Amino acid sequence: MKKILAVLLCVLLSVGLFAGCGSKAASNGGTAAADDVIKIGVFEPLTGGSAAGGELEVEGIKIANQMHPEVLGKKVELIIVDNKSDKAEAATAVSRLIDQGVASIIGSWGSGYSIAAGDVIKKAEITAVGTSCTNMMVTKGNDWYFRVCFIDPFQGKIMANYAFNKLGAKTAAIVQEVSNDYSVGLASYFKDEFIRLTGDQNSIVEISNYNTGDTDFSGILTNIKAKNPDVIFAPGNFTESAQVVKQGKKLGITAPFIGGDTWETDEFIKVGGADVEGCVFSTFLFDENAPLNDEASKFIAEYKKAYPDKAIAAVTALGYDSYIFTLDAIARAGSTDPKAVQKAMAETKGFEGITGTFDITADGDADKDIAAIKEVKDGQFIFKETFTLQ
Amino acid sequence: MDLQTFFQHLSNGISLGSLYALIAVGYTMVYGILRLINFAHGDIFMMAMYFSFFSITLFHLPWFIAIPATILATALLGMVIEATAYRPLRNAPKTSILISAIGVSFLLENLATYLFSGKPKSFPEFTYMTSTIQLGSVSVQRVSLLTPVVTLAALAILLYVINKTKLGMAMRAVSKDYETARVMGIKINRVIAATFAIGSALAAIGAIMWGIKYIRIEPMMGVMPGLKCFIAAVIGGIGNPVGAVLGGFILGMGEVMLVAFFSQITGWRDAFAFVALILVLLIRPTGIMGEKTTEKV
Repeated sequence: MKKILAVLLCVLLSVGLFAGCGSKAASNGGTAAADDVIKIGVFEPLTGGSAAGGELEVEGIKIANQMHPEVLGKKVELIIVDNKSDKAEAATAVSRLIDQGVASIIGSWGSGYSIAAGDVIKKAEITAVGTSCTNMMVTKGNDWYFRVCFIDPFQGKIMANYAFNKLGAKTAAIVQEVSNDYSVGLASYFKDEFIRLTGDQNSIVEISNYNTGDTDFSGILTNIKAKNPDVIFAPGNFTESAQVVKQGKKLGITAPFIGGDTWETDEFIKVGGADVEGCVFSTFLFDENAPLNDEASKFIAEYKKAYPDKAIAAVTALGYDSYIFTLDAIARAGSTDPKAVQKAMAETKGFEGITGTFDITADGDADKDIAAIKEVKDGQFIFKETFTLQ
Repeated sequence: MDLQTFFQHLSNGISLGSLYALIAVGYTMVYGILRLINFAHGDIFMMAMYFSFFSITLFHLPWFIAIPATILATALLGMVIEATAYRPLRNAPKTSILISAIGVSFLLENLATYLFSGKPKSFPEFTYMTSTIQLGSVSVQRVSLLTPVVTLAALAILLYVINKTKLGMAMRAVSKDYETARVMGIKINRVIAATFAIGSALAAIGAIMWGIKYIRIEPMMGVMPGLKCFIAAVIGGIGNPVGAVLGGFILGMGEVMLVAFFSQITGWRDAFAFVALILVLLIRPTGIMGEKTTEKV
């Protein structure tokens, strides 16, 4: 009796497994035969500390897929895997995508995950398009990784110029997430530019470190308060950053907190509450009230249909652009042969995305030279101005 | 460093230390009675935070109902874990129970990720508690003043229960030798369940305080506090509640003072806790308050 039960359970479980697969494939574009589809892999953090960021990008990628479901006369199927906000998992996630025979890969929110996956991508000789991973190391020395966003040397300079020219800051403190490549990289470019602008080696009064997942920042913030800087640059993961700002305000710090593109998630406002009001950060150029082209207007309309109450994050628009960019390259290559797609991506000139028009540089980066400055106001991210380097 | 900054650091240290102390007491209680390091304790703490989050935001309970409800639910969770994961292994080697505890820890983390999603949630804000008051030039949140009081009160109640009540006497008997205790007519299952209930209830109180102060809730958030409070319990002498509170304060204060005096190495504060653990184990394995136990043959 027990044996029969065990066998029955096994059968049930395996049926369940296949049922799961079936419904997933169906939701991703029907049950077409393998030859008729082109698979595009997506690896993003969907659980863990960076989940909110990954989800925003996947929204954009999915909408892009709905609006442009075909290339080379074949259906495009998205295969989305979770990198669990973990660098080791990111490499595994990409390997899983490659095993499933994807034509190209999109991802990821968080430069650290992209860098960790870079080696696998390079060895497998398959193209990848970065969404909002801004760290230099993502594409450097890797001919197979491209990206549609600007890079941190630019973003760090933007915020240093903003602090110096717009806020009139003469001294600054830096709070960086040491275990996050993005945060450390951005902080160091900010530091170099700020010192160059002020002409004062001691204008950075304090550099404080914390680790991903930390909750108590009272110690480092007390140190910063004692140094009394004009501005505090705190790039990092959105939840930790929100807590840094919150605890800073509770300690009586009045200097403004400024940051980078990762702050633009709902969780930043949810965790930070009233204390993050007035926080300013640089992000990618995308304003839902001023679309750059027709394509952008169509995307905004489509997004509002799916998520009526949500403001569109810049990273969602980048998710969209990375998908369109991939499709464009495959179309120009005329096949999904990795070498041909790589060549097409590298030769991209004047690509018109919804986050701006760009060429691909020798490193595989988008040569974008405009950033948006956004501010938290009444619990919303408000587009403040565009900012460019003179 | 000026005096004002030093006092600000001091108050930060006390407030962090008292949170560690609350959670460390739960660790130490279970260890003192069962000789089991309950690695799921940090995750019970995490679940408690979700319980209070949902009772306030989803069921709209006022705080004076939500807080007791959270404590009760968490105590119940502790008892269920004990009954399902530890009781069947009572006569198995200690390592089996330890592995079972690690299993429970992973189960709770993944369950929380599955049920509540991996995205962080924010604890409902108690504006009165999170607002700051000025003591001279030091700004302290009200919750940070309350936490040490709660910690010491909890410790006093716990010591009373252990030393003056019948249940406490039974607990002490079980911790000495549970086979003999059983022969003497003590219902050891009930006593052990009560131990887990009390330990988990303390984790729940710690979780509420933590939530009010730090706001963020996510499924993996129990891991680091869990490990650190385990270290605090070891520093104080695992098995001894007074030692656990002492260890919690020492660890919290040590972490903050490390940041205060060696600001270049702030990224290493987690490492400080683990180095402290290794040092204690090397120099004084029984901790500050721990008694030397003679191994039974």
